[in-house]
Amino acid sequence: MINRVLLLAAIVGIIVFGVLPVGAEDEVKRAFTDHTEEFHKVWVHLLWDIGIIGGIFLILSIYFMFAYRRKRDDQIGNGPKFTTMGMILGWALIPSFIFMADDFYLSAQGWKLWIDQRTVPENAMEVEVTGQMWGWEFEYENGAISDNDEGLVVPEGRPVVLRMKSDDVVHSFFIPRYRIKEDLMPGRVTYLWFYPKDKGEHVFTCTEFCGTNHSEMWGKVKVVSQEEFDEWSEKNKG
Amino acid sequence: MIKEWLFTTDHKRVGILYLVGSLAAFAVAGIVALLIRWELTGIGETIGGVGPDDYNFWLYFHGAAMILAFLIPGLTGFLANYLVPLMIGAHDVAFPRVNAFSVWLFWFAIVIALLSFVIPDPPDIMWTGYPPYSSEFSPGNTAFYVFTVHLIGFSSILGAVNFLCTVIYMRAPGMKWNQLNFFVWTILGAFVIQLIFVPVLASSVTLLLTDKYFGTAFFVPANGGDVLLYQNLFWFYSHPAVYVILLPAVGVMMEIISNMSKNPIFNYKAAVYGGVWGVVVLGSDVWVHHLYTSGLADWIRIGMMVTTLIISIPIGLLIISLVGTLFRGSIKYSTGMLYATSNLFLILVGGLTGIPLAMTSLTLHLAETYFVMAHFHFIMGIMATFAVFAGIYHWFPKMTGRMYSEKLGVIGFVLNFVGVNLTFWPLFYIGFLGMPRRYYDYAMFPEFEPFQVMATVGAIVVAVSMALNFYNWIVSAIFGEKAPENPWGSNSLEWTHCQSPPGPGNFPKLPKVSSKWHPHEYKPQVIEWV
Ligand code: HEM
Ligand SMILES: [Cu+2]
Ligand SMILES: [Cu+2]
Repeated sequence: MINRVLLLAAIVGIIVFGVLPVGAEDEVKRAFTDHTEEFHKVWVHLLWDIGIIGGIFLILSIYFMFAYRRKRDDQIGNGPKFTTMGMILGWALIPSFIFMADDFYLSAQGWKLWIDQRTVPENAMEVEVTGQMWGWEFEYENGAISDNDEGLVVPEGRPVVLRMKSDDVVHSFFIPRYRIKEDLMPGRVTYLWFYPKDKGEHVFTCTEFCGTNHSEMWGKVKVVSQEEFDEWSEKNKG
Repeated sequence: MIKEWLFTTDHKRVGILYLVGSLAAFAVAGIVALLIRWELTGIGETIGGVGPDDYNFWLYFHGAAMILAFLIPGLTGFLANYLVPLMIGAHDVAFPRVNAFSVWLFWFAIVIALLSFVIPDPPDIMWTGYPPYSSEFSPGNTAFYVFTVHLIGFSSILGAVNFLCTVIYMRAPGMKWNQLNFFVWTILGAFVIQLIFVPVLASSVTLLLTDKYFGTAFFVPANGGDVLLYQNLFWFYSHPAVYVILLPAVGVMMEIISNMSKNPIFNYKAAVYGGVWGVVVLGSDVWVHHLYTSGLADWIRIGMMVTTLIISIPIGLLIISLVGTLFRGSIKYSTGMLYATSNLFLILVGGLTGIPLAMTSLTLHLAETYFVMAHFHFIMGIMATFAVFAGIYHWFPKMTGRMYSEKLGVIGFVLNFVGVNLTFWPLFYIGFLGMPRRYYDYAMFPEFEPFQVMATVGAIVVAVSMALNFYNWIVSAIFGEKAPENPWGSNSLEWTHCQSPPGPGNFPKLPKVSSKWHPHEYKPQVIEWV
């Protein structure tokens, strides 16, 4: 009986945690969602989630480890015997459903964020990124060119989409501040986008091993005002 | 004497040969790890004269040796060879000469791997060997990598056939499937994975070889090839391979925890059929989580996020059984038990930090950073290594007939545990802040230097503990006190029916088990023979 109640609870759990978040799109739609901010919400949820699961198991383990130490030399354990099918299945299926509910809950969160991360806003500024051993080249819509010493200069307040390709081996473009990376593959074009909301300088690095100077393939994303950007891109044309 | 060992077909000696080989690999790769950590303590060149190429070779060697030459052979070579025939009450494995051949192949592979220290152009392609770097651009000798993988892979396939046959056909009279030691189940699971997936790995590295040396273009996009093909094939094997490591490690933990708490395994059947076999089945369709940022279609990354997260179900069942086995137990702590119980913490940290890595949207940030590095070190580098150590300590009296020094063992354990935590927690942190893996230098993040220093200090503590462990094993094997017949009061056949160390043929007569017998029950019991 108790097993059945728990089973029912687990199924309800799956529905509540797994399905509702997908439907509950309550926020007013902007033109786009800044996925860097969303990332943090999901990350915090996730830390709570794994913290609670880990905490429960850890506290139980530590308690058992101290509470059940051997008292007499000939003492043997007195653990539960799994003799009935109900007990075996109950202890297998109920936890499984709970884990599954949590998996679906996390999947839903991850999926939602993923859609934001992969949907490029329409007004995004396009930059072509080329990786080669061992440096980067950035080409802007107006023909301006930059590299890793000069930096990836972008204007504040406008989403940027990177169209990326590689001239030789696999590289990967990573901007920790914006929580994004994607590989650059010979023979393919991949993309990333981010929203440089405020002015500032942020590190970008290569994150796919590409030989001797892999660790020197880095530079700065420089977020500047629109005026500074216009001036800069005019100067770097051609 | 030497000849006797080299040409042995006795599974126990083959097991010891695996142990010696894998510990040698572990020692060399461990020293290399210290060099790597040392080089990373400061920004720029830290060890005089060591440039990025040396660093890259070290990192290649460390990764490849630890996984291919230490963990997999340590768990499925040494422990499986030594224990499985004893646990199921068999005289030897099904094909003893094939078994001897496997260990030879393994030793050849180690020789080839070590030769890369003396050749002028050592491989620098990391243990994953991604083309087109490995096939077109690397100045290193990719062939050494390919041949090492071939030899170890072939050795492993032979081992798989051998052990599956042994367990299926050579169990003691009366032994039912549900009376198998848990460790034997995990070895079955691991070898099923090896049998199915190693050929895929072998084919992927073979294509690499022909691309590099015979001018084919499997991975050259300009000539119609595809670099992603390699990554898919490689991880199609190499993700399941992490379960080849995880499963026997859990098996060892379960054996020791059950034995030292004198408690039957909590929900044995769920752990075997749901846990072990669940991992084998589900583990085969999650490999894309290693390719989350390699430009695959968006939908497949979402699909594999769900399948990867679902792995938490069988792993969860295994952890419930591990923790539950302590419940109302009669726990005594030996060095082996300390390693096994501390592993509960490590498997939780390692497993749960795998959850963000399973979520493709979070991996967009975390992939290829120190966060990933800390994750797989907790689960493999530490948890699985602790399992090998636990196994060596627990079965030390069986293998040598002598007792190790418990005091040195405990000191070594404490240093080890403190050291690994000191090393890897800071790396989680700077990993989240963006520190990329496989970096010789980190001039872009000068603020990470203190954390890198802390990690190096941790690594030195670990090294001290390793020295203590090795000293303990070697000295105790020769001078240790004579061990009692069944020091842990186990009910498993290797303790109740064999001498320590077991003689040729293991058992004086074949043991016979009744339907009431179970290796994980601790009621006093009568010895029966055929
Ligand atoms: C339990 C035993 C496990 C082992 C032995 C293991 C081992 C590894 C290794 C070696 C890597 C790094 C591969 C590389 O890039 O060189 C890795 C990464 C990864 N692991 Fe695990 N892992 C385990 C558990 C888990 C679990 C429980 C999950 C998730 C539920 C997980 C998810 C991942 C993911 C998604 C990656 C890829 C991360 C990335 O490349 O960004 N792992 N693991
Ligand atoms: Cu790179
Ligand atoms: Cu994997």
